[in-house]
Amino acid sequence: MNESATAVAADEHAAGRYGGLSVGAWRWIGALVLIGLAVVLPFGLSKYHVFELTLVMIYAIAVLGLNILTGYNGQISLGHGAFFAAGAYTAAILMHHYGVPYWATVPPAALICFVLGVLFGLPALRFEGPYLALVTLAMALATPQLLKYFDNWTGGQQGINLVKPLPPASLGIDRDRWLYFVALVVLLLAIRIAANMLHGRTGRAWVAIRDQPIAAAAMGIDTARYKTLAFGTSTAFTGVAGALAAIVIGYVSPEGYSLFLSISFLVGSAVGGIATIGGAIVGGLFIQFVPNLANDISDAAPGAIYGLAMLLFMYAMPRGVVGSLGPWLARSMRLIQPHRPDIQNK
Amino acid sequence: MHQFSQQIFSGLAAGAIYASLALALVMIYRATELVNFAQGEMAMFSTYIAWSLVNGGVPFWAAFVITLVVSFLGGMAIERVLVRPVENAPVLAAVVVTIGLALIFNSLAGWIYSYTVQDFQSPFPDRPVLGALITTRDLGVIGVTLVMLFLLFAFFRFTATGLAMRAAAQNPESARLCGIPVGRMLAIGWGLAATIGATAGIMVAPVLFLDPNMMGGVLVYAFAGALLGGITSPLGAVIGGLIVGVTENLVGTYLIASQLKLTVAFALIILVLVFKPNGLFGTAIVRRV
Repeated sequence: MNESATAVAADEHAAGRYGGLSVGAWRWIGALVLIGLAVVLPFGLSKYHVFELTLVMIYAIAVLGLNILTGYNGQISLGHGAFFAAGAYTAAILMHHYGVPYWATVPPAALICFVLGVLFGLPALRFEGPYLALVTLAMALATPQLLKYFDNWTGGQQGINLVKPLPPASLGIDRDRWLYFVALVVLLLAIRIAANMLHGRTGRAWVAIRDQPIAAAAMGIDTARYKTLAFGTSTAFTGVAGALAAIVIGYVSPEGYSLFLSISFLVGSAVGGIATIGGAIVGGLFIQFVPNLANDISDAAPGAIYGLAMLLFMYAMPRGVVGSLGPWLARSMRLIQPHRPDIQNK
Repeated sequence: MHQFSQQIFSGLAAGAIYASLALALVMIYRATELVNFAQGEMAMFSTYIAWSLVNGGVPFWAAFVITLVVSFLGGMAIERVLVRPVENAPVLAAVVVTIGLALIFNSLAGWIYSYTVQDFQSPFPDRPVLGALITTRDLGVIGVTLVMLFLLFAFFRFTATGLAMRAAAQNPESARLCGIPVGRMLAIGWGLAATIGATAGIMVAPVLFLDPNMMGGVLVYAFAGALLGGITSPLGAVIGGLIVGVTENLVGTYLIASQLKLTVAFALIILVLVFKPNGLFGTAIVRRV
């Protein structure tokens, strides 16, 4: 590389540019490539794999919701399965008892879960750390029992069977691929909304409350309002995921929303990277595929393999996949540059 | 009235077991600020060890002591080998590690001993005494728990190791500067917690029967007891565990006999916590900015 090229590269770095494009532009290109891949992918896969990937995206939305609360606001929840269930049953009851079309059940699910989350967030303001974990854990445990108790709405033990929605005839794709695209659009919307909130005033207030609650309050942040808002936003995301899951699976029953689901969300969020947006997708992949993989590896003790996977991930990447690899990638990008620009310019 | 007192006493017997496990949770929490979600499954695994010893012809109390020793060593080993790598990692990483441990123990127990429910003989005869207020078995469970609590109290109050452990839990940096091996104290703490859990498991197994999932519910109640008493207070954990046991029993008998028992019991506990957010005996943590 000759002198002038080196100088150009150095100047570019100083301006936060790589190869003539700004960091922001590279981000957009990366995102578009990923979206393009996600659009093409279902046509190269079997129907079952498409269904699995749809679930990955749905879990990713739920983990994203949990990440807002636990990652950015520092409130641990062991009970997000309850809100996932609330969203799922909202969709199922609206479709089954009232004949509402499937796409129209998602906004009410978000709204109901938002309200539930805010109502739950109010007493939760008084709890922190293990206390909040207990209260949310209690909720996760109570969920299947409550669902069985109100059986004229929820169908009790049997649950509710739903008719799987038909794709629009003009598109000429089958049902599983159509639902894949529905989930993809909702996931992209969810990521956009979350990113906007987290990178703006609200997100900064959440992080401030997480890191220094007293200092945040002293700076004039209404901690009670922002913490309740974090709860409501988080549960609304998870509720949307629940509604989508009910639509895609076409069935809801109390057994599907046990404590294990809530724990899976927390594990997914830790493995993907707490307080990262991309971590939610890694979390979704982990929740969907690792238990199955564990089953393939050992029929006798799949739980042991699943548990071992959790341990290994946490040892290798204690900040989660995205949380640990992100900084590493940033460092590598800097290493690609021929010289440190601040030295070069002197 | 007689039935009421009966329910209180059998609630106390259940509560004694929750209290033991709650104490184990508090021990680990005080030392590391970590809720050990594997505590119940560790206790379950210890109980299986005792069960196979008894089945192999070892007399009950000998099997009991061997199990406690094995559990102590096992608990230490778990801390040293498995928990230590995430000692300085974010809290959530440590939480996930204990969840992973719980899954591993549950799955291993199912693999080694199968998921069939096993009968575990109680060392105490099941006979009503004191005007049918309480059975000898419940009395035995309460007795063993009390002895264990007394021994623990004496250990922490009167031995040098106990003092060093309290110092390490309260202020690790200063303790280290005084020459206390803080890491080893943590390992002993895990060992003791595993031993307490093993006692609770062996005491509860004759009532619940032995299967890999038997401790799930017990751990949740113990967690509730620990927090009700205040997660920083060992005495609070014991009292909290007893209160949870009695409440659970009374709610099940008088208020609601359906599947909503757990929900109602929890609603009551949460109601108490809304008014006493640090538990009944916990100290509010004062923070500086």
